[in-house]
Amino acid sequence: MQINKLQVEAIKSGTVIDHIPANIGFKLLSLFRFTETEKRITIGLNLPSKKLEKKDIIKIENTFLSDDQINQLAIYAPHATVNYINEYNLVGKVFPTLPKKINRILICPNSNCVSNHNFITSSFIFKKDKFHNINLKCQYCEKEFSKNIVLSYQ
Amino acid sequence: MRNSLYKKSIISINDLKRNELELVLNKSAVLKKKSQPNLLTNKIIASCFFEASTRTRLSFETAIYRLGASIVGFSDGNNISLKKKGETLSDTIAVISSYVDAIIIRHPQEGSARLAVEFSNNVPVFNAGDGANQHPTQTLLDLFTIQETQNRLTNLNIAMVGDLKYGRTVHSLTQALAKFKNNKFFFISPDTLIMPNYINDMLDKKNIYWKRYKNIEEVISEIDILYMTRIQKERLDSTEYTNEKSKFVLHTTTLKNARNNLKILHPLPRIDEIDRDVDYTPYAWYFKQAANGIYARQAILSLVLIKQHL
Repeated sequence: MQINKLQVEAIKSGTVIDHIPANIGFKLLSLFRFTETEKRITIGLNLPSKKLEKKDIIKIENTFLSDDQINQLAIYAPHATVNYINEYNLVGKVFPTLPKKINRILICPNSNCVSNHNFITSSFIFKKDKFHNINLKCQYCEKEFSKNIVLSYQ
Repeated sequence: MRNSLYKKSIISINDLKRNELELVLNKSAVLKKKSQPNLLTNKIIASCFFEASTRTRLSFETAIYRLGASIVGFSDGNNISLKKKGETLSDTIAVISSYVDAIIIRHPQEGSARLAVEFSNNVPVFNAGDGANQHPTQTLLDLFTIQETQNRLTNLNIAMVGDLKYGRTVHSLTQALAKFKNNKFFFISPDTLIMPNYINDMLDKKNIYWKRYKNIEEVISEIDILYMTRIQKERLDSTEYTNEKSKFVLHTTTLKNARNNLKILHPLPRIDEIDRDVDYTPYAWYFKQAANGIYARQAILSLVLIKQHL
């Protein structure tokens, strides 16, 4: 007999970000500043997942993410599912797609880039190289880095 | 020709379309033939050099005076009160933009000119070099010189020699020349200082010929432009520098199979990568290239600050 038991407490209304790769959930909370709110947030780490084996999950009450915010999740959690909940019912499901641009979240690995020395937000555009690898180009210093270099720099 | 550069900031050569490059080159040629000192009378231009760069600054300032405009500014960021008081670049630019009609900025940090545009309240910004990133007016004067000496910017064989990894001039010039048809690129550098992948990828995407070579002799009989750059000692370890250096020094003997139309360019300063004897050959064009900086900068300043051009 299958036991249908929720791993993390259900929310009445708000957003559930599911299928976050394990150990990334905490990072998303701080990078995307989800904690800069008075709303109640629950987080589950290292939960069992059929799709990912292990996953993290974030539930934010009474908050609905914008399309931009959702798409920016794709850089860290490309297989995430964003569920909208109303009165404990699932009312919408969105899958992040890589945006054209990502602002504020990332730090430019070029130590001499002006974005690392002034009170400004970083800005990267996504580019694909000839091997279809994803690169990120800093809008300020114009340097292009592979996605992994930028992510490992955070 | 419509002046699409009017009120536009000049930050990166990548921002300029081919027809805009041609517009600047045409205007440079007009100004070289006939100086027009009244073009920018009553304009005040800020020359903000947060790091010292004597040649670029004097070239810009000469261009400004020749156009009849006035200058305010500083030539060394370490000696200005803004730096000593710890003001941010964005605040500095916001204040200066309320005084002047245009801002020229030289700054050691990459991306600083792009940042300046965000805080200049629509006052045009000219990038006079931001760290190892861009120096678009250098590229414009390079293009102007190439066009002047070869009567075209297409169907050229261009060799670039020296530090191709860190040299911003060769990156920008390659990007600019890639906007014109049928140019071929011959890259000559030590293995540790090869052209970055993003430039090679850009050429591949556009189906443009490029190839790496070991030394200048291999290509000298095929090329129209030989663009020399300095190999910086600090980029290589001392043994490697001693071993490699000789392969990339240009002597008059290296030029014996050169085409008649070959012109040697160099962004300057030269250290020892071009033998002094080469200066006396008809191929040496680097000092004339530097002089062209005045006309290219006059052209871009006047196009940005005046809508209608005759």
